[in-house]
Amino acid sequence: MSAGGAAPVLIVGAGLAAWTTARELRKLDASVPIVLVTRDNGDFYAKPTLSNAFGQKRSPDQLVTTPAAAMAANLQITLHAHATVQSIDTQAHTLSLAQDGGVRALAYSRLVLASGANPIRVPIAGAAAQAVQSVNHLDDFRGLHADLSALPQRPDGSPATVLVIGAGLIGCEFANDLAQGGFAVQVVDPAARPLAALLPEDASAQLRLALEGLGVVWHFGRTVQSLDASANGAHRYEATLSDGTRLGADLVLSAVGLRADTALAASAGLACERGVLVDAHLQTSAPDVYALGDCAQYSAAGGRTLPYVMPIMNAARALAATLAGTPTALVFPLMPVAVKTPVLPITVAAPDPALQGQWTQDPATSDVHEGGAWRFVDAAGVQRGFVLTGKQTAKRMEWSKATLA
Amino acid sequence: MKTYMCIVCGFVYDETLGRPEDGIASGTLWADVPNDWACPDCGVAKADFEVVQV
Repeated sequence: MSAGGAAPVLIVGAGLAAWTTARELRKLDASVPIVLVTRDNGDFYAKPTLSNAFGQKRSPDQLVTTPAAAMAANLQITLHAHATVQSIDTQAHTLSLAQDGGVRALAYSRLVLASGANPIRVPIAGAAAQAVQSVNHLDDFRGLHADLSALPQRPDGSPATVLVIGAGLIGCEFANDLAQGGFAVQVVDPAARPLAALLPEDASAQLRLALEGLGVVWHFGRTVQSLDASANGAHRYEATLSDGTRLGADLVLSAVGLRADTALAASAGLACERGVLVDAHLQTSAPDVYALGDCAQYSAAGGRTLPYVMPIMNAARALAATLAGTPTALVFPLMPVAVKTPVLPITVAAPDPALQGQWTQDPATSDVHEGGAWRFVDAAGVQRGFVLTGKQTAKRMEWSKATLA
Repeated sequence: MKTYMCIVCGFVYDETLGRPEDGIASGTLWADVPNDWACPDCGVAKADFEVVQV
């Protein structure tokens, strides 16, 4: 430890993981100096709303719940915004920060990496491939919102078409939101059904039908091969799918998942696989360096990355306690995820993928208008996960209590 | 009657509507919502909600 008593806890990032760690640490320790550095402006916003804000007619600015300056003042932290960490020296306990055209060294006592993830982009050929958008940040949503708002009304009065690549959680949420927002929505996914990685088949079928009811058109078992400017002018672009199908689209949104941003950590010599490896105390392979959120690969989760809100809240609380002087191992509780598809609300408590077991539908929920309930039971007969759709989502608390994490 | 928003995920609790599916009757004031109630969307505690202007 070369940093001395005055060096701050330094947090890299300004997303939910970073701000929540700062908030929880401040609750436990009123005086420890906290410094937060971020590439963006640091405004705090509710990220899950990005995929359901358009239909609710909420502007990007309205999604900011607390501006960065107010966050910094409330939590009594020092904020360096529009600043990029260039390198970390884990031996010296310093990092180099580029800001306002200059570079300087900052010392830390403990370092917290909350650098998030980047959208995965599948390679697409064609002259318009660069036009594909993805949304993983408020600034991305600003761009999407502006583009959607600027799409011209088509001459025959029909709505503009948005092509969504990916029928996972974010893809389905956007499909619902944009269909409700008045767009024609086409969804392409190599899987055979929506939310294939999370839901049993019958639950996927309900979601498929519900979104079809809003006009969503599915293209399962296919991928987008190329995107070009439309030859006939009916749409802005023309996408060619793997089976040769051609689809007109005016905007293309990719939502195929996230990849942890490990660039900085790897360059500092920290052990990384799919994410920055952290132990049960969220420590990386270097002393006094911690990581959490979308950039972390948790030993507490069997070596998985967990790109949802609840894991972040749990990790931030445990880490804050550790940073405040009470070493606290992270134990994830059962963490149901709400899929924000208002046409068919879904709550999923996904079982650990390593578990052997079987999904069965609660026979009392066979009426499709009442939604459905499925439980995942392991080989020992213990309920380890569940899916609730439609009205059955009301049983979230009751079913959570009956499920072993 | 006021509305409260989860600062983490944006879920809105409207006192007028309550949250009948969680056993919280319509018209239940925020102060009377049990302290162990958690955001149905993201699971954060009641303490992480803020008043929303309507």
